[in-house]
Amino acid sequence: MGMTLTEKILARHAGLDRVEPGQIINANVDLVLANELSAAVAIGVMRGMKGASKVFDRNKIALVEDHFVPAKDAQSAKLAKLMKDFAAEQEITHFFDVGRGGIEHVVLPEEGLVAPGELIVGGDSHTCTYGALGAFATGMGSTDIAAAFVLGEVWLKVPASIKIVYDGTLQPMVFAKDLMLRTVGELGIDGATYRAIEYHGSTIDNLSITGRFTMANMAIEAGAKNGIFHADEKAVAFVKERTQRPFVVERSDADAVYERVVAIDASALEPQVACPHTPDNVHPISQVTRDDINVDQVFIGSCTNGYIDDLRIAAKILEGKRISPRVRVIVNPGSQKVWMQAATEGILTTLAAAGCAVNTPGCGACFGGHMGTLGDGERAISTTNRNYVGRMGSPKAEVYLASPATCAASALTGKITDPRVLELAGV
Amino acid sequence: MESTLRGAAHKYGKNVDTDVIIPGKYCNIVDPVELGKHALEGLDPEYTTKMKAGDILVADTNFGCGSSREVAPIAIKGSGTSAVIAKSFARIFYRNALNIGLPIFECPEAVDGISAGDQIELDPATGVIKNLSQGTQFKAAEFPPFMRALIEAGGLVPYVERRLAERA
Repeated sequence: MGMTLTEKILARHAGLDRVEPGQIINANVDLVLANELSAAVAIGVMRGMKGASKVFDRNKIALVEDHFVPAKDAQSAKLAKLMKDFAAEQEITHFFDVGRGGIEHVVLPEEGLVAPGELIVGGDSHTCTYGALGAFATGMGSTDIAAAFVLGEVWLKVPASIKIVYDGTLQPMVFAKDLMLRTVGELGIDGATYRAIEYHGSTIDNLSITGRFTMANMAIEAGAKNGIFHADEKAVAFVKERTQRPFVVERSDADAVYERVVAIDASALEPQVACPHTPDNVHPISQVTRDDINVDQVFIGSCTNGYIDDLRIAAKILEGKRISPRVRVIVNPGSQKVWMQAATEGILTTLAAAGCAVNTPGCGACFGGHMGTLGDGERAISTTNRNYVGRMGSPKAEVYLASPATCAASALTGKITDPRVLELAGV
Repeated sequence: MESTLRGAAHKYGKNVDTDVIIPGKYCNIVDPVELGKHALEGLDPEYTTKMKAGDILVADTNFGCGSSREVAPIAIKGSGTSAVIAKSFARIFYRNALNIGLPIFECPEAVDGISAGDQIELDPATGVIKNLSQGTQFKAAEFPPFMRALIEAGGLVPYVERRLAERA
């Protein structure tokens, strides 16, 4: 009986020939990630551990200031400083302060810190993003991260895998985000709990690396432990441009066992929208736009859709136009590198000229932290990953999730808008 | 291992997510008691005023879904809530709760057999759940052997300390 990609990576990191779903293993980690929120708690836990004065390997820890930075208040500044001081004390190689990093999940792959076949744990649920490059990556809480900081290993229950096969060519104005929203809608928000999602099919083969980040990122929205793609030539080329480190490209065996196989016809897919208040409340946009749904805020950014390709799409739709006077549009490029690339291509100017507020890279409004928090009775359409009650601020606000194209189209009209309508109109 | 826990049940639905357990804007707070003042604020702003220390949260499936924020179980514990009984837990919350010492019980029958306000008695060592108001008794799913060993050792921190000592 063969093994899945996830099982092979876990077995190798546990020093075993094979593993089975449900088995508990002790696995070595290649990288441990934390941001200033998860690190603050993890550092406190580590300080209280007897015999734990040093991290296991100062080159295998990444610390990224991204949630409440630039510090929104003195308390946030305290947490940011706590992590910065810890990085200095432990001589952590991969520490990213404001202006040199961005959102952790955008930064790590672009800095060459993620490679196929690696095992990465992070103090953030969207750590699963790195599965886009064929790594096993999963989110954990701060105490588990503290343990990984000092031991360089974690205990894991081997997940069973769900295979999702996407076939067909995407229609114009339909993107990876739409595929993934549909997937979360199909599985439900606990449909993949304790499971690995493995992405397959011709649609995936043709998908850009940034599109794969978008899809792996939202595996957690179906409850999954990890989401994973096979590293193809495109993925290997992306990694080799960024690191010299050797890595192992694994493949699922032909006779690997899957708990479930789900087929999704990508060619029939229209843009998708997750309506309030769960990410699995997903509907095709033609149904959502039957009623006029006015929006107060459009947010473009996050570890789901803060990549250069996302900003390019938004800029293409908004170029030479003005956003609706009804809305404010907030754009958070995913990282400093994305911001600079967007500046070089004139994207930031295009967006600003259309009336968008372009922020410095970071998590910002996505989790209701700052830089675009919603008030009572406000409604947003957003390229982010969660729309739970209160996610983006007030518990009396509403968040709709969609692709950058759908969000940009909605920015022009001030209501939730099918981007294909704009295309038909030659916009 | 804690001794018997006793309190009134506060009952909620399925998919109680970490954003309603402790909204993002409070995630820069580290003090458990301060966090506890905002526990469940996004779901039921009255929770912390109507609950008494020792009370028990009862919820449907997928409790704690969403973010990896460890402040979610810390806020529940910090509010004085003694335990959570649910039909199922989201993966990261489950790990976090065990790691910070918030007793959790997975038991669909108990959830169906408890009404809001019922007096509940819990034994974390055996997983026995008694509904004193209705005179019924349930047994939570047992933890897998590895996790039981981890809990009996006092949690993840002592486990890490032992691993470090073995290496030294």
